[in-house]
Amino acid sequence: MRKITLLLFSLILLNCNGLQDLEEATVTLEFTHNWDGDLVDSSTFGDFNYRTANGENTSIERLRYVVSQLQFVGNTGINFSPKTYQFVDVGNGFGLSLNIQDLIPGTYEIRFRFGFSNADNQDGVYQDLNSASFNVPSQLGGGYHYLQMDGKYKDPNQNELNYNFHVIRAVNTSNVGFPEFVDTSFAVNLGSVTIRNDATVEIQMNIAEWFKNPNQWDLNSLDTNLMSNFGAQLQMIENGASVFSLGAVIQ
Amino acid sequence: MRYIISLLVLVLFCSCSSKQQDDYVPVPYTLNMPPIFEQKLAPPFIPSDNPLTAEGVALGKKLFFDPILSGTRTQACAHCHRPQDGFSHAFQFSEGANGDLGTRNSMPLFNNAWNYNELFTWDGKEFRLENQAFEPVTNSIEMNGNWTTIEQLLNTHDDYPELFRKVFGNQRIDSTMVVKAIAQFQRILISGNSKFDRYLLGETTLTPQELNGFNVFMAENKGDCFHCHGSDNNPLWTDNDFHNNGLDATFTDLGLGGVTGDPNDNGKFKTPTLRNLVFTSPYMHDGRFATLEEVIDFYSEGLQNSPTIDPLMKNVKQGGAQLSTSDKADLKAFLLTLTDFDFIRNPDFNK
Repeated sequence: MRKITLLLFSLILLNCNGLQDLEEATVTLEFTHNWDGDLVDSSTFGDFNYRTANGENTSIERLRYVVSQLQFVGNTGINFSPKTYQFVDVGNGFGLSLNIQDLIPGTYEIRFRFGFSNADNQDGVYQDLNSASFNVPSQLGGGYHYLQMDGKYKDPNQNELNYNFHVIRAVNTSNVGFPEFVDTSFAVNLGSVTIRNDATVEIQMNIAEWFKNPNQWDLNSLDTNLMSNFGAQLQMIENGASVFSLGAVIQ
Repeated sequence: MRYIISLLVLVLFCSCSSKQQDDYVPVPYTLNMPPIFEQKLAPPFIPSDNPLTAEGVALGKKLFFDPILSGTRTQACAHCHRPQDGFSHAFQFSEGANGDLGTRNSMPLFNNAWNYNELFTWDGKEFRLENQAFEPVTNSIEMNGNWTTIEQLLNTHDDYPELFRKVFGNQRIDSTMVVKAIAQFQRILISGNSKFDRYLLGETTLTPQELNGFNVFMAENKGDCFHCHGSDNNPLWTDNDFHNNGLDATFTDLGLGGVTGDPNDNGKFKTPTLRNLVFTSPYMHDGRFATLEEVIDFYSEGLQNSPTIDPLMKNVKQGGAQLSTSDKADLKAFLLTLTDFDFIRNPDFNK
């Protein structure tokens, strides 16, 4: 009888440990921004703190973007898709963190899409983005900005000039009446993270990469009116490929 | 024993009656949402500590039009926020209760429930609509009132105690209740039935001139107005944010910078809505432009550079967007399609 009791206790104990292992976790995604390692946030806006690969001293005054199709893809086949899209407005401190509840511990690849896919980039359907005036004019195909970065740079004569680095679905309007659209959203895979319990996962944007790699960006020739510049949009997206990376994982 | 029972019943009845009076439940008020707002916009912000009620809105309206809130008992909120002027004022600067002139143009008051950041006034110094209403009442160059005196007047008034009781229960009337009621009234001031709204709903058409004006408004290489002033998808026609739009090279009024203390905010003012421009002249925070033509000319050729000018004012080097005469005329024609006559005539919004 004593052996049976001991066996029962052992089974209960093992079972409890198993449950503990399967306890659901809360993961907080934190979107942070830097310029080759120097922190960028609203407190650094407006100052000429940053130098592009092409040599222009620049300031940032507005930085807003959207990522979509956020996914935690588990190696056990368990996937989480916590939110359709996340709108980040660095200046207003909006959308900088995202809580994901009830994630089962395990190893996951963190994936998302910068901007919206063509299928998701429907004109006027996202009320919060409409309210934030994040739309793209119907003349350029409608839908939404993927990124809006505005600021100033200094030209070779140290004159302060404006730039509007706006990423949208590229449209080639050179053939009047027959616009050509190119989906400029792109998939990002931050790699694998093992979630054991509640965790904070940092998603970094290195803003300098938008101006660096593989296309060294010359703001003196590409500063404004970039939404309707088909070639500029394609270059932006090539540069965007190296912008996001996985930062600190704290748990 | 019969007497005692009768007395108990009477006491119970009185108690019930009194409790019933204390527990008056105001009727919830449902905003009259324009269809285009329901389609396009995030829900309006109604604070949980000041829900809209029919009695609260009615009380707020009465207070809004009542000069009892001014030091001289001669000036109501509506003196500087006149319904016929889109709840702004046709004068560049408004005269306060003591005859003093202000330094900024009276802001239009409508669609404030969709001001998501809840920052009010030209420089954003007031957070939440309730707090905004405090300031002009005691400002010496505005209504120059005294809250202690006003509270006394309201508490001894023939009508107000009962009206306040129905909204806030049996409490002594205080300034917090006053501004809450006024904020309720302000949140129902909704303008969403212009010609352009009806165009978006497929109920009317625009003229070729109005359509071209809209294209000028939206074109990145022309007006590029949409980045700050909304669009067919943001029918508020404002981003509710703060910008230096290039009015001045140096600033006598720091705007947002005077509130935050951040030099990078100097010269920034809240983007006003473009709805009802017919009624809300003069324009800009200091009412410097009397006509829409002057405003359009300014954006086309009159921009002034300064360290804090918004990067979206990208053509400042050339003085502005350099619009053609016909594009200017078309842009004005489009802007006039944002006029909502029903809003101005709405008896619910007028005294």
